[in-house]
Amino acid sequence: MSEPNRTPLYDLHAELGGRMVPFAGYLLPVQYPAGILKEHGSAREAAALFDVSHMGQMRLGGPGVRGALERLVPADVAALGPGRARYTQFTAEDGGILDDCIVTAVAEDELFLVVNAARKTEDEAHLRANLPDGVTLEVLDDRALLALQGPAAAGALATLAPEAAELVFMESREMAIGGQKARVSRLGYTGEDGFEVSYPAAHAQKLARTLLAHERVQPAGLGARDSLRLEAGLCLYGHDIDATTSPVEAGLAWTIGRRRREAGGFAGAGRILRELEEGPKRRLVGVRVEGRAPVREGAEVYDGRATAIGRVTSGGFGPTVGAPVAMGYVAADRAAPGTPLRLEVRGRTVEARVAPLPFVPHRYHTGRAKEQA
Amino acid sequence: MTTHYSREHEWIRVEGDVATVGITGHAQEQLGDIVFVELPEIGKSVTQGGDAAVVESVKAASEVFSPVTGEVVETNADLEGRPELVNEDPEGAAWFFKVRMSEPGELDGLMDADAYKAFVESLE
Repeated sequence: MSEPNRTPLYDLHAELGGRMVPFAGYLLPVQYPAGILKEHGSAREAAALFDVSHMGQMRLGGPGVRGALERLVPADVAALGPGRARYTQFTAEDGGILDDCIVTAVAEDELFLVVNAARKTEDEAHLRANLPDGVTLEVLDDRALLALQGPAAAGALATLAPEAAELVFMESREMAIGGQKARVSRLGYTGEDGFEVSYPAAHAQKLARTLLAHERVQPAGLGARDSLRLEAGLCLYGHDIDATTSPVEAGLAWTIGRRRREAGGFAGAGRILRELEEGPKRRLVGVRVEGRAPVREGAEVYDGRATAIGRVTSGGFGPTVGAPVAMGYVAADRAAPGTPLRLEVRGRTVEARVAPLPFVPHRYHTGRAKEQA
Repeated sequence: MTTHYSREHEWIRVEGDVATVGITGHAQEQLGDIVFVELPEIGKSVTQGGDAAVVESVKAASEVFSPVTGEVVETNADLEGRPELVNEDPEGAAWFFKVRMSEPGELDGLMDADAYKAFVESLE
């Protein structure tokens, strides 16, 4: 295997004492000396800075770009106003998920995409094979991506770019930060308010240092990123979703636009529209287990009569919940919250229940009146 | 009272024929924040190098092996409610279990503090 790549922030991670591990072809910090629990807490209570430069950033442009992308994803891309972002998936002809991604409308004929690191080569090939002539794809590998997440993120970023505070959830804009052109998007994958900042790689370390100098911003690694997204009930590609799972099974029907449901015209529409109509055979659900022992990915899930009905796809300890949390697929007739389940952990049976997702309520800055606490 | 160390990063403190076992400071540091400890049943027979307990960090579960052969005579119930003790005081309050040794000669194959320190340095 070839040497893992380094992100533009590699030296900073090393300097901060990050424990570097290979992940999706990159060396990234799984944690810093503070540890996963504290880093997780920073994102929930203040602000955490993550290096997500390993993710793929792409620009698609040209006349008809939206219609071309709509053949590959079930989201309503045409309806996206300028500066609006949407979560969607690349679907296969059989309705499985090839990757999940964020699509942002930069302009009528220009889209900005962020895709998973482990899938970016395949995504690029898939796009190149399917985009018509006249639609161009540019891989933005000269850009770093920083995620600043948590209730203190907006205040911290606004000290450098006051405009950032004007954005609402799933809104994105280009603005100058530190004399460089940044694309700031108010979104993330932790369930908290926060931002992702696409920034020139050569200057990213300076931006990260400036953000970390803010008293409420702490660095956080892959470990906290995973425990945060799990508590937020967000799917991780290759675990909770993959080429065998459909968006409907994965609880992602909300990402399929109404117009797309009526008109179809995207890869996998046959299966996906049928599952929307009839319901899928299995569903991704939250799982809460009794006791403190975490259940991990791969654990078999049984119903009350010891019939295997599914499998855990993500599991661990939820630091904010203060207990083990997991997600997994169960037969559709066992997916209602409260349904008793049994799981096998190290050869022993553990009692569990289907739990509503997310485990920790999302706290996005939607711009609407504050929801009740 | 001598403390011995295993290559699997357990420490063993011997009093008479009873060995108290825990994981080393180095081990807890490598594991990160501990969120769960599964202790053996009292009366369980353990063998040198065999599974005895499980320690789970936020990220993953890891086996704790028994560095000696014998019978488990006591376990540290404090760890069930306060697994974070393993991070706070790994070589003191966070002992895992006590084994009545049936093969005390096994201790000769374990490391002393200096040898363990050198062993850990060789890993870095």
